Amino acid sequence: MASGTFYRVEAGLQPLRAFFEWFGELGFFCARVARAAVTPPYEVRELIRQCDEVGSKSALLIAVAGAAIGVVLSLETRNSLIQFGAESMLPAVIIVSIIRETGPIITGLIVSGRVGAGFGAALGSMKVTEQIDAMQVSGVDPYKYLAATRILACALMLPLLTLLCDFSGIVTGWAVNTLVKPMSFQLYLDLGLKHVAFNDFLPPTFKTVVFGLIVGIVSCFEGMRVRGGTEGVGRATTNSVVIASLFIILADVVLVRLILVLFP
Amino acid sequence: MEGTRDPAIVLEGLHKSFDGEAVLNGIDLKIDAGETVAVLGRSGTGKSVLLKLIIGLQKPDSGSIKIQGRDITSLPLKDLNAVRAKVGFLFQEAALYDSLTVEENVAFPLRRHRNGQTRERKDRVRELLALVGMEADSGKLPGQISGGMKKRVGLARALALDPDILLFDEPTAGLDPITAAEIEELILKLRKDHAITSVIVTHDLHGAAVLSDRLALMHEGNILIEGSLQELKHSTHPFVSQFFREGA
Repeated sequence: MASGTFYRVEAGLQPLRAFFEWFGELGFFCARVARAAVTPPYEVRELIRQCDEVGSKSALLIAVAGAAIGVVLSLETRNSLIQFGAESMLPAVIIVSIIRETGPIITGLIVSGRVGAGFGAALGSMKVTEQIDAMQVSGVDPYKYLAATRILACALMLPLLTLLCDFSGIVTGWAVNTLVKPMSFQLYLDLGLKHVAFNDFLPPTFKTVVFGLIVGIVSCFEGMRVRGGTEGVGRATTNSVVIASLFIILADVVLVRLILVLFP
Repeated sequence: MEGTRDPAIVLEGLHKSFDGEAVLNGIDLKIDAGETVAVLGRSGTGKSVLLKLIIGLQKPDSGSIKIQGRDITSLPLKDLNAVRAKVGFLFQEAALYDSLTVEENVAFPLRRHRNGQTRERKDRVRELLALVGMEADSGKLPGQISGGMKKRVGLARALALDPDILLFDEPTAGLDPITAAEIEELILKLRKDHAITSVIVTHDLHGAAVLSDRLALMHEGNILIEGSLQELKHSTHPFVSQFFREGA
């Protein structure tokens, strides 16, 4: 009877134990990658290749997403602002909301979907087909060559992609606005940027470095710990996207609060 | 050569478990320099694990692994990589890097371990690809070539650093008989030309007999019996008799 209760309690605690194990393994993974990243020789060529993979190959997607956000923001806020007699504030609302929040978070989530899934699947299949083992046999540290380069590329490229998203959203916001009520792009920018300070631009843009680290770390970690063949690869791909997206949203909550405190 | 034979690989009391289940149970095996040993056994008996322990991809729970006199179980990564440079590994599915061409795959270990000029490296890659008959496909990606061709490229990559020891994990598994015979021929050629120490993990009794000097049969996480094919065939142990009867 007592042993039955013990096993039921232990079974109930299993998910909790798996949760803490996951974080523990993630901690070891991060430490190993950090140590590998600062130890020469540096994988500059692979880093540049990964920057291209993360940056230029995501650019079109990010630009389209940013454009869509600009259109939606312009359409949605116009009526509300007209109701409050604040139509002239439309450029400022679009630009500030894109720069401060929408651009960074949309970029983070899209990169998490495109790049996170790609890294999780690629590293996962490398793991199950023994390519990672082959790399180690060749004397190459996979934590440096595969993980550190990808994580760093994500951290470096996210702010640049965010700028692209911001730019694209601001331009389409103006385009939609000017279709309804013609306005020059110069005037639109003047009205919008009048309300934008340094603190509205740099901290939110650079917080995406953290989003990039999250995408890179989670997807590389999930990919490199795959077990169980192709089914495991599928699981790693899904986990990479889901966990990275969730962590980006949670990190955003903390970072927004932090930015408000540090840059009032 | 015979007079100067020192052990190239010495395994002593190797134990390895996964999730509490013992896979290797105190393995002892000595392989002389220039010798080829085929490790046989049923699926799941830990043959591939044994190879991964020898190359340091996994750590044993206990026991020692000496490669050319150096115990690799406690070596730091830098020293372990120096030992690995002397050991080539042909993986079961060749484990070629998907994103690199055939040529780049073979050049990969050379770029890591040798600081030579690009020209020298290219010459070496060409030489290796010619050795395995793959020079015409050097620009192809692994996804564009057959399983047998992948094995050839994997072998060229394993030979890139002029290893003293070669480890083969099921070198002919999944290949048609003609391609398997071609791979066996290549391995025999290597034995003849380079006198490399080899460990071949295989299910294939015929291949093992053709390629090796000595056979070792694994059973229940240990080496049950070692010797020539004839010696093993005449064993009265029930498992050995059954293995050779079923495998014949």
